[in-house]
Amino acid sequence: MLQIENLRASIGGKEILRGVNLEVHAGEVHAVMGPNGSGKSTLAQVLAGRESYDVTGKVLYEGEDLLALSPEERAAAGVFLAFQYPVEIPGVGNLYFVRTALNSLRRQQGLDELDAIDFLSLAKERMRLVEMDESFMGRSVNEGFSGGEKKRNEIFQMAVLEPKLAILDETDSGLDIDALRVVAQGVNALRSEGRAMLVITHYQRLLDYIVPDVVHVFADGQIVRSGDKDLALELEQHGYADLEQRATLASAAAPVVGATS
Amino acid sequence: MTTTATTASPRGLAGLEPALNGHQPGWLGGIRRAGLEWVAEHGFPTLGDEDWKYTRVGPILDVPFQPAVGGMKHRLSASAIDGLAGDLGGTRLVFANGYFAPELSTLMALPEGTTVTSLASVLAGDAERLEPFLARPLSSQHHAFTALNAALAEDGAFIQIPPDATIAAPIHLVFVSDAGASPLVSSPRSVVHAGARSQATIVETHVGSGGVYLTNAVTEVILEDGAQVQHYKVQDEADTAFHLAALHVRPGRDSSFSTHALALGAAIARHEVWVKLEAAGAEVTLNGLYLPDGNQHHDNPTLIEHVAPRCTSRQLYKGVLGGHGRGVFNGHIVVGPDALGTDASQTNKNLLLSDTAEVDTRPRLEILTDDVRCTHGAAVGQLDEEAVFYLRSRGVPHQQARGVLTYAFAGEMLQLIGVGPLRSRVESKVAERLNREDTDRETFR
Ligand SMILES: Nc1ncnc2c1ncn2[C@@H]1O[C@H](COP(=O)(O)OP(=O)(O)OP(=O)(O)O)[C@@H](O)[C@H]1O
Ligand SMILES: [Mg+2]
Repeated sequence: MLQIENLRASIGGKEILRGVNLEVHAGEVHAVMGPNGSGKSTLAQVLAGRESYDVTGKVLYEGEDLLALSPEERAAAGVFLAFQYPVEIPGVGNLYFVRTALNSLRRQQGLDELDAIDFLSLAKERMRLVEMDESFMGRSVNEGFSGGEKKRNEIFQMAVLEPKLAILDETDSGLDIDALRVVAQGVNALRSEGRAMLVITHYQRLLDYIVPDVVHVFADGQIVRSGDKDLALELEQHGYADLEQRATLASAAAPVVGATS
Repeated sequence: MTTTATTASPRGLAGLEPALNGHQPGWLGGIRRAGLEWVAEHGFPTLGDEDWKYTRVGPILDVPFQPAVGGMKHRLSASAIDGLAGDLGGTRLVFANGYFAPELSTLMALPEGTTVTSLASVLAGDAERLEPFLARPLSSQHHAFTALNAALAEDGAFIQIPPDATIAAPIHLVFVSDAGASPLVSSPRSVVHAGARSQATIVETHVGSGGVYLTNAVTEVILEDGAQVQHYKVQDEADTAFHLAALHVRPGRDSSFSTHALALGAAIARHEVWVKLEAAGAEVTLNGLYLPDGNQHHDNPTLIEHVAPRCTSRQLYKGVLGGHGRGVFNGHIVVGPDALGTDASQTNKNLLLSDTAEVDTRPRLEILTDDVRCTHGAAVGQLDEEAVFYLRSRGVPHQQARGVLTYAFAGEMLQLIGVGPLRSRVESKVAERLNREDTDRETFR
């Protein structure tokens, strides 16, 4: 479903992704862990189509060149990013926002738009799934939401939009135990043969609820190690220090074009 | 001074003279003469004038305008007015090229003692009643255009509400211009006199069916003690038109006045609001939304003079500027030495949609006493790119995402409109405007 080859991204001359290689098949859940500032969010944003980076490399999504698509086209093709820091949008009602999004997707997919009534019943059902109070629907998007409420709102949107490839960027950060369970429930409800997920997290705890098929360790703009779910446990015990050393070794060994040192 | 119909002057506005047909009370003749003399003496404003710093009137002065005259033919119907200005459900007075058009107007039952009529009809029948409103000497706040209005105005709305009366439905004043082939200037003059503790809502809509014309309007609102007046002004003139307007407000003790100005149309528009707070405890709210696009110019000067103690003034103006549009907010608050306990706030926020749009925002505060609370702030920004990306990542196309966010910025002002049918009308006008911008404006990269 997703094939990433030697993906590099830089901003203001600073290279943040330094050759990412990753393959995700339909039906799989991949977890990405790694130290602060290692580039996990950058990877997520680049996949969603953020335009502020200079990007090179190859990303195939269902066999198509993902990097050639605009963010909205990627969304229409089924890519969804749950933001690490969901954006507050004063003056735009939450429900209106999600309905506009769903209908934009449907239009791009050649489907009829949902009318207000059909949309409302769908939205209510999905709100129940993520145990979200209806009072959040009349408020402006994320405005004044607590950290955990914002994350829950991301999962609500995901549940309405039903993406094929969901990228969750630290959706578990800042969640209390109940919220964590709810978010995991939302994610697991969406898990299916035809879908894949990339779950960025700092906590092994989330992976007790969402059991990953593969765990990757991200360091210094690259995936430095991959393994099964036990790798997450190992990280919990030993931390990243040991792995970062390997990353340095790996990049020193790799022939980097234009490198002077 | 001529007493027959005026001819167009090769000197444009500067050469216009009143077209009077003989019958007018002496005091009115004096006002008209004083207006013309004022223009002759002071001339038209230039960029050197503090209050006209950002608005060039040259393009207006160059046009060989003819003054509109009463009884001119127009091609309008009541249903055309519905389309242009909307039906708000209450009394509607329509003025074609500045003159009352009874055949296009709708009069509803109003509380006893209420007068809602045309200025011309009062001048013809009971002119003395107008003298206290019109016969005030030209003040320091005059400029050539208000002076010219004093000289040329023959019609407009006259609204007088008796003490304690409440008028629930909005009174809609529609000024529609239909210029035809030659440039036309209309000079409506309206007076609203709200009796003690009375309540009313007045909506002014200025529209045009095309052609080159100038609306040079003056509206005066006098509130007696405890009166409550809500005023709305929709400037939706033809894009080829010029619109210069002055709203002068004199609030009585403990009265409350609010005005919402929406600027959509005209090539050059200037809507000034001047409030003189001479009675204690009055509250005024000035709200404004201006949306210049293309090559439009929208200027919004305000002057609030706090003379009496314990008055409150609130101002919130927002601008959305696209294309080569230019906006001005020039807000001036003066708190005099006796205005103890004044509470004044002023906020101006602007959203630039293109890198060729421009805005000048200039809040000015002059405080001549202690014991006041005054705040002011101004902001100019662009769309939040984080928010644009958030919407796009959810599937909303780029231009639509920008439109949604722009509308949200303007929406705060639209929600303040208390007249339901007016709000929905204005909401769809603004949405339509912002969508149009989506397709043809230059955008930031
Ligand atoms: N606009 C920018 N200009 C300069 N540096 C940037 C910019 N955006 C991101 N970076 C840098 O890129 C690096 C990677 O950031 P990123 O947000 O991808 O890290 P992360 O792995 O998600 O970290 P965390 O675990 O803290 O969320 C950081 O060092 C960050 O400071
Ligand atoms: Mg991050």
